[in-house]
Parts: sequence; structure tokens; C-alpha cells
Amino acid sequence: MVSPGGKMREKKGTKTRKPKGEPELPQEYVPPPLPLPGDDFAMPVREVVKPDNQLQLSEAELNDEVAKMLTANNPTAPRNVARYNVKERAYKFEPMVEQTITHYAADGWLLHRGADEARRQIDMDKMEQEAASKHQSDADRSLDRRDDGDEAPDDSRQLRNQFNFSDRAAQTINYPLKDRETFTEPPPTRTIQGSCTQWGIYDEYIKDLERQRVEEQLKSKGGRAKTQERQGQKHQEEGGQRKPDNPMQNPLLGQAAHILDRMANQNMFEEIAMDFKYWEDASDAVRPKEGSLLPLWKFGSDKARRRQVTSLCWNPLYNDMFAVGYGSYDFLKQASGLVNIYSLKNPSHPEFAYSTESGVMCLHFHPGTLLLDQACCRGDLCTHCLRKSTPPLGMFGPHCKMDQAHCLWALWGTHCLWKSTLPLGIFGPHCLWTRRSAAGALWGTPPLRIFEPDYLWTRLTAHAASKERNVWSGYTAGPSITQLGCRPVQGPNAGCRNSGTIKQAFWVGTEEGSIHKCSKAYSSQYLSSYQAHSLAVYSVKWNCIHHKTFLSASADWLVKLWDANQPRKPILTFDFKDAVGDIAWAPYSATVFAAVTDDGKVHVYDLYEDKLMPMCAQKVVKKAKLTKIVFNPKWPIILVGDDKGVVTSLKLSPNLRKQPKIQPGQKETLEQLEWAKLDHVIDVACRSDPEAMKEQAAAAAKAS
Amino acid sequence: MAATHGDPLAFDDMEGFLRVAKYTLVKNTDMNSEMKEEAMDICITAVEKYQNDMEKCTQMIKEQMDKKFGSPWHVVVGKAFGYEITYEVRNILYIFVGGRTSVLLWKM
Repeated sequence: MVSPGGKMREKKGTKTRKPKGEPELPQEYVPPPLPLPGDDFAMPVREVVKPDNQLQLSEAELNDEVAKMLTANNPTAPRNVARYNVKERAYKFEPMVEQTITHYAADGWLLHRGADEARRQIDMDKMEQEAASKHQSDADRSLDRRDDGDEAPDDSRQLRNQFNFSDRAAQTINYPLKDRETFTEPPPTRTIQGSCTQWGIYDEYIKDLERQRVEEQLKSKGGRAKTQERQGQKHQEEGGQRKPDNPMQNPLLGQAAHILDRMANQNMFEEIAMDFKYWEDASDAVRPKEGSLLPLWKFGSDKARRRQVTSLCWNPLYNDMFAVGYGSYDFLKQASGLVNIYSLKNPSHPEFAYSTESGVMCLHFHPGTLLLDQACCRGDLCTHCLRKSTPPLGMFGPHCKMDQAHCLWALWGTHCLWKSTLPLGIFGPHCLWTRRSAAGALWGTPPLRIFEPDYLWTRLTAHAASKERNVWSGYTAGPSITQLGCRPVQGPNAGCRNSGTIKQAFWVGTEEGSIHKCSKAYSSQYLSSYQAHSLAVYSVKWNCIHHKTFLSASADWLVKLWDANQPRKPILTFDFKDAVGDIAWAPYSATVFAAVTDDGKVHVYDLYEDKLMPMCAQKVVKKAKLTKIVFNPKWPIILVGDDKGVVTSLKLSPNLRKQPKIQPGQKETLEQLEWAKLDHVIDVACRSDPEAMKEQAAAAAKAS
Repeated sequence: MAATHGDPLAFDDMEGFLRVAKYTLVKNTDMNSEMKEEAMDICITAVEKYQNDMEKCTQMIKEQMDKKFGSPWHVVVGKAFGYEITYEVRNILYIFVGGRTSVLLWKM
């Protein structure tokens, strides 16, 4: 089996070699000459590869022709298939044997164009194209129509599936399925921990045995012992538990809470505190005749809201403590009263608070103590000790029906007596007026006892006659009294310059507008009367330094400055253009006073600087009437109370607290200088009024 | 308080204590009384039955509790162990059996 190429090559080889006459060696392989490099036209190299097991044939054999024929017969098909022929009842060879063998078969998709199948297919294609073009044209037309505003063509006919189509009317509603999940509450659980040890078990058993034994004992002892023991146990338990269970009642906690409260307030109101201590209005240096008031803390509480501030009083012992009394000036609408004691260190809450049955009208501290006297609208007078939160020490008074006539307007106590007769809370004589009868009644009481007016009266006069210099007393005279003016008794000029009658005199302001000078020595008539105002007198205040002059304030918008010796005419008159609620003299100067008016303004005058215009007229509250004003005895601040229950503290600027400077070598004291200042003012005022001059001269002549 | 002088509760040795403490002491439970009784019965029986085989003891308690009150119950039986467990409220029982063994049984 030689490849055709090989044969060709062999033949070629023999042809070339024959002329040389060399013996032919057909078996030998001669490798062809290597192609010269670069000879692109060289014949391709052909190699004859003979398999190893190729038959070695001789020449003769090679030349022998082997004929090969293609026949239609399958050489592997059986030629002798014999089958039993039933008809002939014998085995017979099959004449025809299947000669076809299928080696590979594949169905084709090709169709003859002329065949029926092909024709059908061509028809179908045509129909499909027609339908598509028709639908397209319909759609185009509908688009055009929609542009024209017409409805879309109904193409539902084509979309219907005839095999899976049911009319809408025949359908029932099928709601789509939705998942819905909820969580149930897990059962409540609890966690415990612990450990179990042998000694733990032992202890538990011992405890249980003990308990059993006690129970047995109780049973054996019987009912009575049982109850006793139980009570004892109960007491023991209570004794043991009270302390840890009620820390709120621990007094130490109260103190700690108090300190904490103070600290919180200090942090909250730090700026105000700094202003109180260090701020001075710089503009005072530029404008010497004007001053200003700087609002500091505001004191108010829920209980005090809508009540009128009827009384303000500084504690003489602690300069940062003051009491505020709440009540009502409207005597037809009286409600319960309230006393709040505040400290400047704690503006948010009162340190103490008392409620009273009737409105509070007046408050007064005993000097050097924490005892507070309080006079109520119904004429009651009571004293509280602020050291203990106890009920009032003493309470006395007529307990009359609520009536303006019985109202206790003013309160003044002198306290030497209080000091000397100390045992068990005898407070010094207070004076109070009631219009119980046409004649006056005078009250002064040891605690918890009410003296007959006459008896008491004599008692007090006895005091007055014997040792008292400072005892004060009360007195009523016909008309309803609204104010009580009392001369300050301390000071260099008290007592010594004045005659005995004056020492025992007091001044009373009335609702009718007049001021009466009365004596506590006898009550039948006034010493003299001042036709001061045309409306009710709201306040009568004596100068703190100059003991000859006092101020009266009234609802008729006027404040008048009086010389005690000249009842006919005031020295000076100031018009405030609104009802004046209260006035107060400054403790540091004889010429400075402040007044509050119903329009919410505070006016501060310094007569030495300006007799006509206030140094300062400042509105401090909105939509409220100011009812009370009071100077702090030490610090340059004033308190102002209004009829909404709020107390405002104000700082006086330097111009409002000018004091004369003592030159080195000067003999006069500060008080004498102040006295001289006011004397000068009065002198100038009198000189402008010739009548007053004459009167004064006459009075001087009389006195001499 | 009264155990200061002539204390009858002072035991000479452990056996003296065990002689007294034969009963079962309930340390902590919030089960209702019926359930408690039944659970205690089961526990005591199991502890007494398998004195020396804690595993079988716990298995028995758990199986019985599961059958009677519904699974899953957990049991600890031992002489000393620490525990911090979370249990379904009203399903805990902690008892000392016979002065030595403690059984902690809870459902969660």
C-alpha cells in the first residue's frame, strides 16, 4: 500500500537514475536534496513513510493486478436466511435479503418549490404579511385619530385568546393573595442568678429550722403572748425600717437639699448677683442730676399670683432676708392671705411661707430676732418664729367680722420691752387700731390673752410714765385710719431735743385725707390736725435722720413734705400725676426718698440735688400697680411690690445714693451733715413762701 | 436571735445536721401550688431513685415535666453550682432535697 505520491516519486527516481546504469534499489530511500536557501520555487519535500508491518511484495506480486468491483450487495448481509413457510410447511431460503445499510441519516428542511407543502407555506407567509400590514395601518390611523382627539380603535378582537377566554361578566372577583405577619407577645420572663453551695444549703436549713422553732414557741405561748410578741416584732421592724424607708424625713436631707437649692440658684442668677455687687451705672458720671434703677431679681410664686403685695419688710438682723405679705386692698373681695419670707440668695422659692385666714396687711420684724409680727385684715395679730416651722407663737385680736373698719392697717412695735420681759414669748407692745367702738381701743398683749382695752391702755400708759422711752402704743380716733406714722426713736436727736409731749405723740393718716397728731397719753382728742390731702392717705413716713420732717402720700397724686411743727402747710408738694401707692425715705440720706405710683413707675428724689424733678422716674412693671416700696438698710437696693403678687428688686445707681464727704478735720458726723442738708432745703423752700417764713418765726419765738 | 445560749441548732457534725434536715426546703418558686406539689414530687422521687447518677436523675425529671406541663423544661441537680437563668414567669422551682442536693427546675 503505497501512497500515490510515493509511487510517483519512485517512478521519477527510477527515471533519473536509469541512465547512469546503476542497479535499481527500489527499497532504498534516497533523501531529496535539500532546497537551496532562498529557492522559493523548489519542489515541496515529500517523504514516504512506510508502516513497519507493511507487506514486502515482490516485483511480480506488485505487478499483479487486483481487480476491485463495486457491487450493490452488502457483503455482510446474510445470504442464507431461512424461514419456515407455513403454506408449504417447509423451511425456505428467503429470495430477497435486505442489502441496504444506513450509515447516517439527516432530515432536511428544504422543500421543493413545486411541491404542495411549499405552496402552502408560501400562502401562509403571504397571509401573515397582510395581517401585519393591516394591523400596522390600523395603529397608524388610530395614532392620527388620537392626535385629532378621537378614541383609540378597538383592537380587543385580535388579542382575544379563543381557547382561554371568558367573558368579564362571567368572572368572579379573585382577590390577590397577600402575606400578612404578626408577632405574638412572648411570655414574660425573668432572670435570676445565684450559686448553690453546701454551706449555702446548710444556712438555709438552719434559718428554716429557726423559723419553725419560733412558730412553735408562739403557738405554745398562747394568744396573749403571741400578740405581744408580734407587736414587739412589729415595733422592731418599724424601728429598723423607718430610717432607711423615710429618708425624705431626715433633717439632714432637708439641709442638703437647701444647700443644693442655693447652689443651683447661685449658678442660675450669677450674672444678677454680680450686678448686685459690682455694677455701677457709668452714665451717672456724665449726667450728675440723673440716676437709674437696675432691675435685679424678681420674687414671685404660684401661690402669690394675683394677690396684692400689701407689706414689705426687711429683716433687721439678716440684711438679705425680707418678708412679703400678700392680701387685698379691695375690702369687698377678701381672700386668704400669705406671708413669704425670701432671701436674696434664693430668688426662686421663699424660705418660709405661711398662709393666713384673712389677707395680710402689715408685717414687722422684731429687731435682732427672727420673730415676725403679722397683722391681718380681720384685725388679727400674730407672731411667728421663723426658726421653727411651727404654728404662730401667739395670736390675738378681736377676730371680728371681715370689715374694712376692723382692718389692722399698720403695725409698729418697739422692742426694749420685748427684750426685758423675755420669758416665753411675751412680745413687746404692738399698737393697732380698730374702730370697734366710737372711742378708741388699744391693744397690747402678752401671748394668747386678750386684755380689756381699758385695762391695757392704762397698763401701757403706766409703762410710758415709768421707764419706757421707746414703747409704742396705738390709738383710734373717729375716722378710719389708714396709716400710722411713727417717729424713729433711735438717733442722736431722739428724745433729747423734743419736749415730752412730742415724745409720746404719733401721727395717724386717715381715709378722709387728713393727718392727725395724737398722743398716747390720752385719747380724747388730737393734738393737732393737718388738712393734708383730698383723698385717702396711703402712707406717712418719717425721715430716718431728720426727725422733724415727714412725708405723706395719697391717692390724690400728691406727696407732701411736712414739718412736724407746722400743721397748716406742707413745706414741699410733689405731683406724681398718678395715685401714689407708697413712699419711703432712704436710710442713708436725709434728702432722698422714693415713691411708687399706680402706673408702675418708681420715682426717686434727691431734694438736695433737685426739688422739682425726680432724679429718676422709671417704669419697672408692665400692667400692674405698684403698692409698696422699701429700702434695704445696708445695700443700695430697693424692693417694689405690685398688685400682681410680684416683688422686684432694683439697684440704685451711684447718683441716687450720694452722701456728703466728711473732710478730714471736720467735726460734724455724717448724720449731722445730712441733717444740715435737709435743713438747707427746707430753708430755701420756706424763704420762697413769705407766709411760712412768718409762721416759722412765730413758732421759733414761741418756743424760745 | 434566740440561738445564742443553749443553741439546739448547733450540730456536732454533718450527719447530725442531715438527720434533722431530711425534709425538702423550697428556696424559690413562683409556681402555683398544684404545679409546685407535682413538680416537687417528681424531683424528690427522681433524686431518691438515682442517688448516684445525676444524669439519669435529671433526665427523668425533665422527661416527666415535659410530659406533664409541656416542654421545654430544664433541670439542674447538684451539690454545688452557680447559675444565671432566664425563665418564663411562674415556671421556676428551686429546692433543697435532703439537706445535700439542690434541684433547680425551670421552663423557658
